[in-house]
Amino acid sequence: MGELKLMKGNEAIAEAAIRDGVDAYFGYPITPQSEVIEYLMMEQPEKRTGMVVLQAESELAAINMVYGAAAAGKKVFTSSSSPGISLYQEGISYIAGAELPCVIANIVRGGPGLGTIQPSQADYFQTVKGGGHGDYKLFTLAPSSVQEMADFIELGFEIAYKYRNPVMILSDGMIGQMMEKVELKDQKPRLTEEEIKKLHGTWAAIGKPETRERNIITSLDLDSLKMEKHNHHLQEKYRKMEEDEVLFETFNTDDAEYLIVAYGSSARIAQKSLALAREKGIKVGLFRPITLYPFPVKALADLAPQLKGILSVEMSAGQMIEDIKLATKCTVKVEHFGRYGGIIHSPEEVLEALEQKIIGG
Amino acid sequence: MDIKDIVKEENLVYKKTSLMTDNVLSYCPGCGHGTAHRAVMEVLDELGAQEETIGIAPVGCSVLAYEFMNIDMIQAAHGRAPAVATGVKRCYPDKYVFTYQGDGDLAAIGTAETIHACNRGENITIIFINNGIYGMTGGQMAPTTLKGMKTSTSPYGRDLTSMGNPLKITELIAQLPGTYYVTRQAVHTPAAVRKTKKAIRKAFDLQKENKGLTFVEIVSNCNSGWKMTPVKSNQWMVENMFPFYPMGDIKVDGQLVVKG
Repeated sequence: MGELKLMKGNEAIAEAAIRDGVDAYFGYPITPQSEVIEYLMMEQPEKRTGMVVLQAESELAAINMVYGAAAAGKKVFTSSSSPGISLYQEGISYIAGAELPCVIANIVRGGPGLGTIQPSQADYFQTVKGGGHGDYKLFTLAPSSVQEMADFIELGFEIAYKYRNPVMILSDGMIGQMMEKVELKDQKPRLTEEEIKKLHGTWAAIGKPETRERNIITSLDLDSLKMEKHNHHLQEKYRKMEEDEVLFETFNTDDAEYLIVAYGSSARIAQKSLALAREKGIKVGLFRPITLYPFPVKALADLAPQLKGILSVEMSAGQMIEDIKLATKCTVKVEHFGRYGGIIHSPEEVLEALEQKIIGG
Repeated sequence: MDIKDIVKEENLVYKKTSLMTDNVLSYCPGCGHGTAHRAVMEVLDELGAQEETIGIAPVGCSVLAYEFMNIDMIQAAHGRAPAVATGVKRCYPDKYVFTYQGDGDLAAIGTAETIHACNRGENITIIFINNGIYGMTGGQMAPTTLKGMKTSTSPYGRDLTSMGNPLKITELIAQLPGTYYVTRQAVHTPAAVRKTKKAIRKAFDLQKENKGLTFVEIVSNCNSGWKMTPVKSNQWMVENMFPFYPMGDIKVDGQLVVKG
């Protein structure tokens, strides 16, 4: 068993990054995730592992520092919160276009605009439907505990390197700020320059030896036929992710007549709603997508025939509900419930919405 | 005498550096970019630094610099090259890292990245090509466009009251403690090219010594954007650009050069 600690989600993700052998973190302070960079600065990981930590002048600069380090074959992590993630979008599009691996955490707060510093899940569309320009997909993991904040660093980098694609950890201010027990993994060594050359020397810009052609990191091709071919390649990669990398969890779905679908914080809250409903004899289950892109389309479609109705619960005005409707091809009634703009719904509110909108409706 | 009698090793006075590829340059005939590229690559060749160098290409005419520079390169988003270079250099402090940027990229959309990379004293070299115009997009006004200069977005000439003043970004960043060597050069004559190469060599040598950020501005022509012949554009540059953007060192050994 690894080391047990009581930590904030933001601290856990930072510590996990050090222990996972991350080479660099670039970020810019923004509430409710400033503890990530504060923790890293306090820990001085350059002394522990040689990891670089730098506070950039803006989110625009931070994400482009990530782009540069990732282009040079380094393992890079960054984090921000909604308004900052909006500024990241240009860089994320370039990173996806140039096929660079990296992990980005969004500790979501309420919007739109400057919004609020309280938790929200209203960045779902921005994350899984694009956000930046062009046809690209951001692999998205949604943690619902402090433990998963730590665990998804390792998982995120595995996926990022397997597909050479950016990975988003889509969390929120509740998980970022709350403290829980977390089991930390042992320290992994960072890759040496020789190991990086061996693993990524075929593509990364790390200095051209005479023995190979130059490595160029770019998302540009002025020849549209070549650019179309590149896009085909990206789409093939995304189809493979959709085939092989979907993650989800189910609770009490075997006999369920009704289903709550929720991710992240909302899934955590919905577990209590589920217990309350079962006490009342309501046959309800919980479906928790862990990957938001790729969305667990097939698993949800397989459950649909046994259901009388689905309640989509998220701290937004209703975004994931569109993917649930697409997955179930509107064969089941689907309604949305959620508090938003920085308000967290209670388990009782979720149960009440289930009874009124789905069972009674 | 046959050509074969002339093409011999002992008669060789000049050859193209292997750090330039054989790709046909995408620049307009008469443009200074090709010469500036060659100057940078010849210096890196002299340093034997091909394997130790990572270059950052900008958005602008030199967006395709990676097609011509025979080194590992990263193409950056518009204005972000100094941030990209920071990311690389912080992870590889022993390698040569440089950006090659135009005036729109460096002094308009990328002003924040430029100033902060300079102010942090990143051990990188910035090669800044200033031709006072947006060349690639078809000749629009740049931050460095001179007063009264006509471009497609200042068709009646740059009006300082409504369009602002040309920005002397090089003098501005020279004020920052993080910059160690700041100079302004040109590539319009063989003598100017030699001086520019010396400046670039100095910039890379100082980078190796971790002295801080080194910055070489090259005032150049844009004969297409300025709508002149190459010869006329170079004359115009000397007569109009040089008085406003004077040649020479601005900061040496971390000290501002005092001009009498």
